[in-house]
Amino acid sequence: MTNHIRISRTSSAAKLAAVLAALIVVILIAAPYWAGRADMRLMGEIFLYLALASLWNLLAGYAGLVSVGQQAYVGFGGYMLFALTIFAGLPPVVAIALAGVLGALISIPVAALIFRLRGAYFAIGTWVMAEVFRLSFAQVSALGGGSGTSLPTDIVRSMADGRSEREALAYWLALGAALVVVTAVYLLLRSRKGLALTAIRDNELASASLGIDIWRTKFFVYVVTSGLTAVIGALIFLQKLRISPDAAFSVNDWTAFVIFIVVIGGIGTIEGPIIGTLIFFLLRETLADLGTIYLMVLGLVAIVVMLKAPQGVWGFISQRFNLQLFPLGYRVERPKDS
Amino acid sequence: MDLVNAVVQGTLLGGLYALFAAGLSLIFGVMRLVNIAHGDLIVLAAYLGLTTTAALGVHPLVALIVVVPAMAGIGYVLQRAVLNHTLGDDILPPLLVTFGLSVIIQNALLEGYSADPQKMDAGALETASVALGPLSLGVLPLLTFAFAIAVIAGLQWVFYRTPLGRAFRATSDNQDIAQLMGLNKRHVFGMAMALALAVTAVAGILLGIRTSFDPSVGGGRLIFGFEAVIIGGLGNLWGTLVGGVILGVAQTVGATINPGWQLLAGHIAFLVILAVRPNGLFPRISG
Amino acid sequence: MPEPILTLRGLDAFYGDFQALYGVDLTVSEGEVLAIIGANGAGKTTLLRSISGLIGNMAEQVQFRGASIGAERPDVIAQMGLAMVPEGRQLFPSLSVAENLMIGGRVNREGPWNLRKVYDLFPILEERKAQASTSLSGGQQQMVAIGRALMANPDLIMFDEISLGLAPVIIRDIYKALPGIVGGGMSAVIVEQDITKALEVSSRVYCLQEGRVSLEGKSDAVSREDIARAYFGVE
Repeated sequence: MTNHIRISRTSSAAKLAAVLAALIVVILIAAPYWAGRADMRLMGEIFLYLALASLWNLLAGYAGLVSVGQQAYVGFGGYMLFALTIFAGLPPVVAIALAGVLGALISIPVAALIFRLRGAYFAIGTWVMAEVFRLSFAQVSALGGGSGTSLPTDIVRSMADGRSEREALAYWLALGAALVVVTAVYLLLRSRKGLALTAIRDNELASASLGIDIWRTKFFVYVVTSGLTAVIGALIFLQKLRISPDAAFSVNDWTAFVIFIVVIGGIGTIEGPIIGTLIFFLLRETLADLGTIYLMVLGLVAIVVMLKAPQGVWGFISQRFNLQLFPLGYRVERPKDS
Repeated sequence: MDLVNAVVQGTLLGGLYALFAAGLSLIFGVMRLVNIAHGDLIVLAAYLGLTTTAALGVHPLVALIVVVPAMAGIGYVLQRAVLNHTLGDDILPPLLVTFGLSVIIQNALLEGYSADPQKMDAGALETASVALGPLSLGVLPLLTFAFAIAVIAGLQWVFYRTPLGRAFRATSDNQDIAQLMGLNKRHVFGMAMALALAVTAVAGILLGIRTSFDPSVGGGRLIFGFEAVIIGGLGNLWGTLVGGVILGVAQTVGATINPGWQLLAGHIAFLVILAVRPNGLFPRISG
Repeated sequence: MPEPILTLRGLDAFYGDFQALYGVDLTVSEGEVLAIIGANGAGKTTLLRSISGLIGNMAEQVQFRGASIGAERPDVIAQMGLAMVPEGRQLFPSLSVAENLMIGGRVNREGPWNLRKVYDLFPILEERKAQASTSLSGGQQQMVAIGRALMANPDLIMFDEISLGLAPVIIRDIYKALPGIVGGGMSAVIVEQDITKALEVSSRVYCLQEGRVSLEGKSDAVSREDIARAYFGVE
C-alpha cells in the first residue's frame, strides 16, 4: 500500500474525450469542403441550439435561475443584427458582436426588476419581459412592425462574394459560437465563480453564510448568459435572413425546445446539453412529419425524464460508468502498485 | 370622456383577468406550485365549452354545467397522477413538468381543433348593453365581472368557512403536522387543483364568449393571470381582483392612446408595480 | 400483563444517510403511560416521528394494535388512533383556536373527547376560541396542541417535550391535567427532558442514548445512578 495520492482534475476518459473532440472539431471545420448545402444548414442549426441549450443550462442548472423568457435575448440579438446593419451600416460580423454587448447591457435593468421575483414566479417574470420585448419591437415600423423585415441583399452580399462562401461563413460562425459558448461555460464553472455557483446550487443558505454573495453571482451569470444568447440570436437570424416579432420572440422555438434538450440530456451537467441536442435533432429529423404529435411526444418524454430520471440521459450514463468528459470536480487518484 | 369610458371598460375586463388569476393564486397558496400550463388549461376549458355547446346545442353559459365538473375532474386526476410527484424543495420539477404539460395541451388542441380561431356564440348576450349616463356598458362584461366577484367570494368562503378550506390552510401551513391530523396531503392537493380548474372552466367559457381563441393563446392568459396575482399580492384572493382591474384599466387606457399599446401598457403597469412594491399591493404570504 | 398496544422491533431510522436510531425495541401496554428520556440528539423526536409515520420504516418494525404500520402514511396511522402533540406545539397559524381543535377531530373517531370536553379541560381556550392561535401565550398554545390531539380520540397519544419553553407554574398546570387525559384507558408516550416529572407521571421509562435504548425499567424502581449512566453514557 502506498500513500502517494494525487489530486487531479482530469481522468483518462476525459483526456480521450479531449483528443476525440479536437478531431471532431477539425472535421467539422472542414465541413464546407465535404458536406452538402442542406447538411451544412442543419449542422449550423444544431450548433446554435447547442449554444442556446448550454447557456440555458448554465442559467437554470447551475445558477438556479429557471427562465422561460430567454427568447427575449434571442429576438433582441436578431433585431440588433438587422438594426445595426441596416441603420448604422455596420458589417454583419461586427453587428453580431455588438448585439451581444447590447444584450448584456439591456439585461442589467431587466435583472434588477425580475430578480425581485422568487423561484417559479421569476420564471414567469422572464416571460413577461420577453413579451415586452416582442411588443416593443412590433412597434418599430422601421423594422417592419408586426410583420417584420428581410435583411437587404446588399448587406447579405457584403459578407462574402458567392453564395457558397456566405453559407460557409455562416456555418463557421455558428460552429465558432457553439465552441466559444461551451468552452466559456466550462471555464466559468471551473473558476472561483463556478465553485460559488455549485455551492449556491447545493445549499443557498450555507453558501450565504460562507460569504458568497448570491445575488451578485446570479446577476453576473444572468448578464453573461443574456449577452451570449443575444449573439446566438443574431446568428440564428443571419441564417434565416428574415425577422418578425413572432418568430424572434417565440417561446416554443427558443425556450421550450431548449428546455426539453437540457432536461432530456441532463440538467446541471456540461455534457447534458450536447447529448440532448443530438437526441433532439435525431428525433426531429425522423419524426418531424408527425407535426403536432411529435411535439406532444417531446413534451411527454421531458415530463417522464423529469419525474423518473431527473438527471437525464447523460446523468444516467455518467452514473452507470462513472464518466465525466468535462472534468469540473477534483478526483483523488492512487497510483497502482508497481 | 374617452378616458372615463376606458377606465370603466378596463375595470370590467379586470374581472376576466381576476378569473384567470384566482386559480393560480389558489394553488400557489395551498401547495406553492406555479402551474405554467394554467393558461393552456383555460384554453382547454374554452374548447370543452365549444364542443359542449355544439354537441348539446346549448348556450355557452349552460355548458358550464358540463365544463366545470369536467375541468375539476381533470384537475384532480392531473394532481394525483402527475403534479404531486413534482412537489418538494426543488423548484425545477414542477416548473418543467407543467411547462411540458403546456406544450402537450397546446399541440393536442391543435391536433383536435386545428389552428383556426374559434368563438362561442352566446347570441344576444354578446351585443346587449345597458346605458349608464353617457356610458354604454356591455351586459357580457358586467356579467363577467359579477362572475369574478361571485367566484372569489365563493373561494373565500370555502377557504375560511368549510372543513375543506381548513384542510387547505392547515396543509399549506405545515404539511407534516397536517398529516398527523389524518389529512392525506395528496388528496388535499388534488382537491385544491380540482377547485382551481373549476374556476379555470368559468374563465375559459367567458373568454371564449368574449373573444375568438386558438390553441396558442394560453401563454398570454397565464401571463395576465400571473400579473394580476403579483400586483394584488401573493395569497390574497381579493387582491387578485384588484390586480386584474389594474391590469385591465392599464390595457384599455393604453389602447385609447395608441391601439398598438394595449398589451404593452398592461405589462408596463405590472413592471412599475413590481419596481415600487415588489410584494404587490396587499401581500398575505411571502413568495 | 395487559396486551401491548404498540411494539417496536429492531427499529432503525435514517435521515438521508445519517442513521438516528439503531435497533430500538420497545413496547407500550394498553392504558399505560410510558416515559422516554434522553439527552438532546439521543433520538427521542426521531422515535416519535418514526412511530407516527413521518419517517418511513419497514412495515413490521412498528406494530400498532396488531397491525404492521411501519411503512404506512402518517394520515392513515392517525386514522388508526395514534395522535401526537409535536415538539414546539406546531399549531396551524392560519387557523383560529377553535379551527385548530376541529381539524384534530376530523379523523372522526368515536370516543369521549369533543370540543365541549376540551373546553371543559382548558376553559381559557373557549374564551379565546375565535382568536388566531399565534396570539396565545406559550402555555395556552400547548393546551391547544394537547386538545387538538385529544379531539382525535386516539388509543395512543404521544407528547413530545410538552414542557419545553414554558414557565414552571404552567408546566405544573398542564401536568395536573394529565391524569384526566389518560385516565380513560388511553395509552400515552411522554418524551420529556425533565426527568423527575417524567418518572412522576409514568409507570415505565426508557432511556435513549445515541439512538439506542440504554435503560428500560419501572419508573419507581430505577435509581438516579442508573439514569445518569444511561443518560450520559458515563461509567
